[in-house]
Amino acid sequence: MPRSARTAAALVAIAAASVTAGCASSSTGASTGTSPSSSAPSSAASSASGVTGTVTVLAAASLTEAFNTLAKQFEAANPSVTVKISYGASSALALQITQGAPADVFASASAKNMKQVTDAKLADSSTNFVKNVMEIAVPPSNPAHVTTVADLAKSGVKVALCQAQVPCGATAEKVFTNAKVTVKPVTLEADVKSTLAKVESNEVDAGVVYVTDVRSAGSKVKGIVIPADVNASTEYPIAALKKAPNAPAAKAFVDYVLSSAGSSVLSADGFEQP
Amino acid sequence: MGFAFLFLPLVALLVRAPWRGMGKLLSDSQVLTALRLSLECATAATAISLAVGVPLAWVLARTSFPGIQIVRALVTLPLVLPPVVGGLALLLALGRNGILGRYLDSWFGVTLPFTTAGVIVAETFVAMPFLVVAVEGALRSSDRDLEEAASTLRASRMTIFRRITLPLIGPSLLAGSALCWARALGEFGATITFAGNFPGTTQTMPLAVYQALESSPEAAIALSLVLLAVAVIILSVLRDRLRGSPGL
Repeated sequence: MPRSARTAAALVAIAAASVTAGCASSSTGASTGTSPSSSAPSSAASSASGVTGTVTVLAAASLTEAFNTLAKQFEAANPSVTVKISYGASSALALQITQGAPADVFASASAKNMKQVTDAKLADSSTNFVKNVMEIAVPPSNPAHVTTVADLAKSGVKVALCQAQVPCGATAEKVFTNAKVTVKPVTLEADVKSTLAKVESNEVDAGVVYVTDVRSAGSKVKGIVIPADVNASTEYPIAALKKAPNAPAAKAFVDYVLSSAGSSVLSADGFEQP
Repeated sequence: MGFAFLFLPLVALLVRAPWRGMGKLLSDSQVLTALRLSLECATAATAISLAVGVPLAWVLARTSFPGIQIVRALVTLPLVLPPVVGGLALLLALGRNGILGRYLDSWFGVTLPFTTAGVIVAETFVAMPFLVVAVEGALRSSDRDLEEAASTLRASRMTIFRRITLPLIGPSLLAGSALCWARALGEFGATITFAGNFPGTTQTMPLAVYQALESSPEAAIALSLVLLAVAVIILSVLRDRLRGSPGL
């Protein structure tokens, strides 16, 4: 009897804990957020070579490969700086910033999400540094024989898209409007890399992602080019944040992305000049 | 301290709730769709858990075979496994390329990911252990003399189970089912990993909360309050039902 009583108590504890955890995580959206951390290691005395410490970058998921390369090069050029990058949906990152996440730089995949940050007076101005167009990604075997945008609207073709509030979802929607087709996806993913992953794992027949994602996926997916007359693009703005814990490094990183060295990395990954 | 830590986030949810716009936020058709889907899937997952979980609990409690300890450990594994790992495992087993899923697809044309059935599978995987553990505990501690007495009176095994065992473990069965249902209702990680996210077919309440958080935090809070209310109701009903009952 005591044993089962203990089991029950443990069960209730587990249930209560999981319920609490779920509510706690959703309530972060409610509170006005903690003030940005003041304990970032930016207070270290700056060396003669310029910037030091850690620079925290929040970047759109589609920038993953390009920014990983850029971060390495930036660190090589500035040995006393460590770059930390968090990738996610631009809409999710914009929310984190407006909720007080201690970040130095925001690189968004759409003007809309950058505007949320500038409207909240958390960044003064932003600069468009690249643009990206959409492409259809299919598994290498192309099980549903997708060759055109219109094929995505056929019944029985499983399509993964990004959620509408995420830039890749909004831009894919523009492509469908341009092509005058109505696509009913089987899933709406949280960011472009999740959409790509559904194609890579062959769980869907097609996904609409950026050309840069198709390129970075290599042989794991096959790209089907969307004709220019129906394709749509999104511009990527970048900004140093006003409450940046490490303002000098934030500016240096943004400058590096906008430099010719930065744009050559981005072009190599398939991004276009804005 | 501990209580404040557990309680404060819930208070914050209530304080920041958009009480005025609540009716409008919750009567949104997408919200109602997600709520209905959640209730249906959690109920279906609980029904499946009862159908296959109770026999499993009986085997674990009443029989003995080599390796039963390992089986018992594996049954409780989903309790402690991060749900997203469970979702990934389900995808590798039952996805279109999964070790079993590929045959479901090629032989029967059945694919579970991105379907409501997939949501139910994910929720069952995560929630069933709650029921199994509760029922197994009750079966272990229930008085076997009564069953043996019935047996000497030539009652069939089915009659014994129905007339003796079931009433004995009733409270635990109820508690286990309620916890199983509540856990299924709150399932997020395994569902979004295995079944994806689409309104009307796979977007349950927790997924709707997560999506709403990016576009409309007020709606996310309103949805969270509904889930909180359900959780509180479940726990309070359990307390009333179980007070003084010997099984738990």
